Amino acid sequence: MPSADTESPEAGAGTTDAGEEAAVDEGRSALLEALTTELGDALLDSHLIAGKDLWIRVGTEAWASTADYLRNRQRFRFFDFLSAIDWMPSPYGRSLDAAVDNILEGKSLVGDGEAEDGGDSAAGAVSGAGAGAYAGGETRFQVFARVYSLTTKLGVTIKADVGNLGDPLQVGTWTGTYPGADWHEREAYEMFGITFVGHPGLRKLYLPGDFEGHPMRKDFPLLARLIKPWPGIVDVEPMPGAADEGGGDAAAEGDA
Amino acid sequence: MTATQPNVDRRQLSYIAAQAADARVNVELEAEGMTLNIGPQHPATHGTLRLVVRLDGEQVIEADPIMGYMHRGYEKLVEVRTYPQINTLVNRIDWLGSFANEVPFILACEQLMGIEAPPRAQWIRTLFFELSRIANLTLFLGDMGVQLGAVTPVFYAFRDREHILNQIESATGGRFHPNFDRIGGLKDDLPAGWVDETRRALGQIRKFCDVMEDLIVGNEIFEARTRGIGVIPADVALSYGLSGANVRASGVDWDLRRDNPVGGPGAGLVYDKLDWKVWTHPDGDSFARYWVRLQEVREACHMVDQLLDSIPAGPIMAKVPRIIKVPEGEAYVATENPLGEMGYYVVSQGGLEPFRVKIRSASFSNMSITPWVLKGTYVPDVITILASLYFILGDIDR
Repeated sequence: MPSADTESPEAGAGTTDAGEEAAVDEGRSALLEALTTELGDALLDSHLIAGKDLWIRVGTEAWASTADYLRNRQRFRFFDFLSAIDWMPSPYGRSLDAAVDNILEGKSLVGDGEAEDGGDSAAGAVSGAGAGAYAGGETRFQVFARVYSLTTKLGVTIKADVGNLGDPLQVGTWTGTYPGADWHEREAYEMFGITFVGHPGLRKLYLPGDFEGHPMRKDFPLLARLIKPWPGIVDVEPMPGAADEGGGDAAAEGDA
Repeated sequence: MTATQPNVDRRQLSYIAAQAADARVNVELEAEGMTLNIGPQHPATHGTLRLVVRLDGEQVIEADPIMGYMHRGYEKLVEVRTYPQINTLVNRIDWLGSFANEVPFILACEQLMGIEAPPRAQWIRTLFFELSRIANLTLFLGDMGVQLGAVTPVFYAFRDREHILNQIESATGGRFHPNFDRIGGLKDDLPAGWVDETRRALGQIRKFCDVMEDLIVGNEIFEARTRGIGVIPADVALSYGLSGANVRASGVDWDLRRDNPVGGPGAGLVYDKLDWKVWTHPDGDSFARYWVRLQEVREACHMVDQLLDSIPAGPIMAKVPRIIKVPEGEAYVATENPLGEMGYYVVSQGGLEPFRVKIRSASFSNMSITPWVLKGTYVPDVITILASLYFILGDIDR
């Protein structure tokens, strides 16, 4: 597909998506240009799918000021959501597809290899946080958020790297710009352990106050799954009673 | 206790007393002001929301919602499930309009896979989407009365919602959790005679809307308790991420059915082929939120009527592989659900399961404004405002 994608400063993640239909996306391209001018070096990467969506990745220190710019200068008045992502492949393996698991095995936290995709995707090697990451990423933890402009009817997803496990995992708060970010940041704080500097009351949202750990991190075990594997795509699990080790579980299930 | 309006105070007090008697409201005294603990088991919370409000007399100084009583960790659970299995989970987010939860997730997967459902499937999807909106919002229209002490409307609501649920059940097999949407289309075609039955059910809903208008909208007490109460200005609403009828009641003409910023209007749904309008109300108070939802139910009936007239023939499933693998990439697709914007941010690494799914649920953002909007209100209005913001606990806690 033609030029719509070529706005990205780095050619790495700016690959053309297979499902792309429209040729040139003027609104999003103009927005990306404005962001490039405003943010300068702080805009690390971008990904644009014409007619669909726009992703940008900014430097950690520019995270809060990007929100301010979008809200007050570009009139992105609608705050959609804010969350985080842990790019580390799950150390417990991906129970459902061993093939993909093998590919990811032996890679560092910062997966940079060519992930052979199982399907027929046209998105080839993607450098950065992990396979499939639009606008890339250099660290394990990333925050991302989304805002809309009601006038241009465009949405943009903003990402920023936060750091690896040993790092302080700090990023500026959005609550000063979008007060609605309050709960979203509290959720990201408890689920990923990311601190939002300047947040007025950063405490747990869902979990009890004395809960230890950050459940949405990939290395936080999902105990229910570790105890009893999920049948998966095809029911390869033996029928209750057929296998010796399955006897106890089957009995417990029968009671439930 | 301030006694500027003795009559009002007495009414408010008797209201609180009634609530306390049958709804386990714990009142405890503290040195500075009073802390009132509402919930987690309270009729106004649609589940288990706990609200700690600090009072100065009758006035709320600070309100702090405490969630998590129903947190099921869907974002973690979906990481170990295949895409078709996730469909069952997301049904349980907003349990009153379940089908509407499935649609944005399926659309996100379809967008990543680069497939599109055939026209007939898109039509029926839109049809059920609007039916679940009707089923969801009819309950709100009745329930709002209950929060104000009028018990009658909710019985009408439960009675007439059943007509829609019966239709959903007869086509999908599930009253509350249809699990009917599939990547690439739908599970099944419509049963014979379904279209005519649905028309009859719509007639019942239209009558119900008229009854609600007679019973509630014109009611003096209702107007006194909702007009000018819980006013949310448009800019505040947007910066808190309010969506759906809540933001339209603040005068913002924004509806994802028409203005979807991802993929243009009508991506995967056929709203662009229908004749309908977006209802707004300039006031931004509890009354406006009720009124907008009432009009939206009527508009949904109007849309379903058109959809029933024009369902195209053809297959209901596109060609999809038997084992669904979603190619690498990220996609965010949101739709205008009964409660507001519901979206899924899907990150796929090319496997059978998603790498990460962020569930953007409407009630979560809608409720995040409560500390702001409840500040300075009076205790009885807390219940009205909560009811008018309309949340489902499963949609907050996920």
